[in-house]
Amino acid sequence: MNFKSRNIVSIWDFTKDEVEFILDSAEEMVPIARGEETNTALSGKILATLFYEPSTRTRFSFESAMKRLGGSTVGFADPSGTSFKKGETLADTIKMVDAYSDVIVLRHPQEGSARLAAEFSSKPVINAGDGAGQHPTQTLLDLFTIRQAKGKIEGNKIVFVGDLKYGRTVHSLAYALSMFGPELNFVAPETLQMPKEVVEHVTACDTKVCSGNKLEDFINDADVVYVTRIQKERFPDEAEYQKVAHIYQIKNTLLQNVKDDLIIMHPLPRVDEIAPEVDKTPHARYFEQAFNGIPVRMALLKLVLGVS
Amino acid sequence: MKKEFKVTPIQNGTVIDHITEGMALKVLKILHITGTGKSIVSVAMNVPSEKCEMKDIVKVEDRELEPRELDKIALIAPNATVSFIRDMEIVKKHRVNLPDMVDGILRCSNPNCISNKSEPVEYKAVVTNRDPLTLKCYYCDREQEDVVGNII
Ligand SMILES: Nc1ncnc2c1ncn2[C@@H]1O[C@H](COP(=O)(O)OP(=O)(O)OP(=O)(O)O)[C@@H](O)[C@H]1O
Ligand SMILES: [Mg+2]
Ligand SMILES: [Zn+2]
Repeated sequence: MNFKSRNIVSIWDFTKDEVEFILDSAEEMVPIARGEETNTALSGKILATLFYEPSTRTRFSFESAMKRLGGSTVGFADPSGTSFKKGETLADTIKMVDAYSDVIVLRHPQEGSARLAAEFSSKPVINAGDGAGQHPTQTLLDLFTIRQAKGKIEGNKIVFVGDLKYGRTVHSLAYALSMFGPELNFVAPETLQMPKEVVEHVTACDTKVCSGNKLEDFINDADVVYVTRIQKERFPDEAEYQKVAHIYQIKNTLLQNVKDDLIIMHPLPRVDEIAPEVDKTPHARYFEQAFNGIPVRMALLKLVLGVS
Repeated sequence: MKKEFKVTPIQNGTVIDHITEGMALKVLKILHITGTGKSIVSVAMNVPSEKCEMKDIVKVEDRELEPRELDKIALIAPNATVSFIRDMEIVKKHRVNLPDMVDGILRCSNPNCISNKSEPVEYKAVVTNRDPLTLKCYYCDREQEDVVGNII
């Protein structure tokens, strides 16, 4: 399987076999990501990180991934003070950065910006989030986390809870999961349910789907609960937001009858969807999930740079 | 052979026949025919057609459409035929043909799409279904809403 020079723009660009291959490669990166082994596979290579929107987790984990493999990074964490503020187009910035680096990571507020950047770059472009658009490395690290905890993705009952309407990360993950055939349960208030086209797509892929609005109805059978934040900025007004704001809160009392090996995931940052007391239970996986961003991104950097 | 014409025959120009009923005015919009130009434009709407359905017809004098313009028509009138008339006779006739990828003739219906910002790119969309027509923006992946309204 050849990934050299490929862009990582959307999870759609990958087949199931390719996804598995990336996850296998990420598995091998874990000891290096933990600092237990050293590695210089990417020494002499430069990663450009262009963050037109703030991000802590994603940017740190890309930089850490590159450095763990002996490479170095250039870039910016917010666009003030760059030529973007002077009105430079993304296309022009990319053409310049293309000459200064071997691989480019881009986060940008406009949807489709990574696809555009890839058109203007001769170096591989990795999408680190384009507005409400795609965030494929997040999807991959979510898949990695499920596979790592469960041994495989298929056969699990996966419950999504929270804002399933607006969060495109959740849509991408549901689509990606449907390649593997787990059972998906969508738990959300009616106004925030999974969009019809996502449900139709995953059902067409032979994925069993069940929807509801009470987490209690689903959690005791679940193998994985994927929690998302209900984001205030998505709502037209405060009143609408308040109606649904704090309806899902995972506390230890809710976990009394769950499966022993249930895992709880969250893309973080959380607000009050998961009480801190849950962190100490064996179900909490969100910090490992965040860590998994590093081995997954290491694997991707190596693959697109054609270094084995 | 006697020719029967719903609208006046033209000496030279383009006839767009078999336009989906009710779409004639949108065809004019796509072609940027506003009535301010010099050429004579005739429009016939709700004309009974041989296939027992209704159709619209547009005739534009002294103008032969370019292939790029023909693609635009296919977006809203997939069965349209285009005939070029010279000296009263048809010299060339094509069925409009929607390509798999449409470029340059629309703007993305997603206001947050990078293709709507001042970047040096033309809009591109992938035809994901022909009947009913659905398009997906090449850049932002969003399904396009109000295709007709977003024709530029
Ligand atoms: N000189 C002309 N001026 C105006 N319209 C014309 C002229 N010649 C042909 N047309 C029109 O051009 C269209 C195509 O002409 P054609 O003779 O191919 O029609 P047809 O045999 O009915 O074929 P079709 O199956 O496309 O309907 C028709 O709508 C016809 O009325
Ligand atoms: Mg006819
Ligand atoms: Zn778009």
